[in-house]
Amino acid sequence: MSDIILEARNLTKSFGGFVAVNGVDLRIQRGSIHAIIGPNGAGKTTMFNLLTKFITPTSGKILFNDTDITNKKPAEIANMGVVRSFQISAVFPHLTVLENVRLALQRGLGVSYHFWRSKALLHDLDAQAMARLEQVGLADYATLRAVELPYGRKRALEIATTLGLEPELMLLDEPTQGMGTEDVGAVTELIGRVRDGRTIVMVEHNLGVVAELADTITVLARGEVLAEGPYSEVSKNPNVMEAYMGVSADEQEEAV
Amino acid sequence: MSDTTTEIGEFEENTGEPEHRTRSRIWQGVFWVALIGFLLIAPTLFYPVFVMQLLCFALFAAAFNLLIGFTGLLSFGHAAFFGGAAYIAGHALKVWGFPPLLGIAAGTLFAAALGWAVGSLAIRRQGIYFAMITLALAQIVYFFVLQMPFTGGEDGLQGIPRGHLLGFIDLNQPLAMYYTVAAIFLVGFLVIYRIIHSPFGQVLQAIRENEPRALSLGYNVDRFKLLAFVLSAALAGLAGSTKALVFQFASLTDAHWQMSGEVILMTLLGGMGTIFGPVVGAFVVVTLQHVLSGIGSWVQVVIGGTFIACVLLFRRGIVGELARLLKINSL
Repeated sequence: MSDIILEARNLTKSFGGFVAVNGVDLRIQRGSIHAIIGPNGAGKTTMFNLLTKFITPTSGKILFNDTDITNKKPAEIANMGVVRSFQISAVFPHLTVLENVRLALQRGLGVSYHFWRSKALLHDLDAQAMARLEQVGLADYATLRAVELPYGRKRALEIATTLGLEPELMLLDEPTQGMGTEDVGAVTELIGRVRDGRTIVMVEHNLGVVAELADTITVLARGEVLAEGPYSEVSKNPNVMEAYMGVSADEQEEAV
Repeated sequence: MSDTTTEIGEFEENTGEPEHRTRSRIWQGVFWVALIGFLLIAPTLFYPVFVMQLLCFALFAAAFNLLIGFTGLLSFGHAAFFGGAAYIAGHALKVWGFPPLLGIAAGTLFAAALGWAVGSLAIRRQGIYFAMITLALAQIVYFFVLQMPFTGGEDGLQGIPRGHLLGFIDLNQPLAMYYTVAAIFLVGFLVIYRIIHSPFGQVLQAIRENEPRALSLGYNVDRFKLLAFVLSAALAGLAGSTKALVFQFASLTDAHWQMSGEVILMTLLGGMGTIFGPVVGAFVVVTLQHVLSGIGSWVQVVIGGTFIACVLLFRRGIVGELARLLKINSL
């Protein structure tokens, strides 16, 4: 297997006349944590949705382990080992915490279409699900419904569920968005803990998190790659500073 | 995922603690006992044909609830399956001389096939568009029923023979007919209960709760929705076929869009997404229609008022509100 787990070649997506992502080349190293950052409107979310197949590119190619996945559906790439998280915390609110994780494991049993069988057979997966919950520190909450968890814990549940699929590649969409400092620390620590044996791509606003976790950073601006490299390099890049500061200043003005 | 924030507060007191789950199980047991007890003694207390009508609509609503309550799909065309199956079952019994159970099976299979056709088209869209497509396709079925030579048009399909169950039980005997219908209802209801509590039902609930997340976990959401749609249509067809056998006719009312509206009302009133809600809702609506039949079309006004009250005052429906009062998650 090559060192490159995921590759985007000349990826372009336009909505009507607006080009959100413009000829982006991206190579994700196997086993690394790769962050995609950029000011608002840089095309991060579009890029993310392209990589996870939630939208189809206008042109360009996406390769996962050297296989062309450009025309695959989200469920298909999930079965290949590419699993995404969502910006809004994506749990099944009225199912229990245990059931949430079990849904990720259930596919392995091959009984998901068996409407004539009792779901008691899913209890075989409980131990495995509990192990996942322990990994993210949620074992004590297994019988609660997901909706009853505080926000930070919902995120942890989402990560536990994603881990249940044993993904080779995890794509995290702003994992710390909307969190207080305490939760940000916990989730950052959690991601660091579960990275063993997998590759993680994340879109993230919080530069502290990126600095701590990411091996490689790709900076997007106006739908194009502005810079790429480790944090120490990228953060000193004058183009990046300009793009970030310039837009941030505008934003601040708007906010005021 | 629509309004999780508002729901956090509402559900705060409901927890999945074990003692709480035991309570849930006890109350479910109480409802099962009450239901089966009712099925056994109802013909001694009420007019059997009335109870059979209750049961047919209760099964219809429970089948509909499988979609709206447990998959999150609002079909506005379920009358097509209920009414369509009634006509096919009636035709099979009357013209082809099928025995009763085979006639009912024919109607049910037809509804399943129709459900597959309608579902395949409708699941490509979501929300209100899904509802509108099901309505449009159901209207096509309605006009077929109106125009086809075998349906009797405005008169409906009349004089369907009840025949002999398994060749020796005369269904013209009211009690024999009653217990046959009670058994069909119970089997249909148990099938629905099992579907809800199956690995498949677990995925359906995941789709209802958060469709993109279910998709990202690798579930082929469309196939799950389609199978749920076909199952729901088939069970609605079972209810419609049984009704045709009981009343010995299939009428345009069964396939009319108002019937699709009525089943939505029954389910919402009883409590969508609950196990027993649709049964309670159907009992309430059908009973109201009977009791108030003397006031003519004012019945519609009363039922409309009830619906408004339900939406404004107890949105979870009768059983849903009861479950909340008893602090249990599923009833």
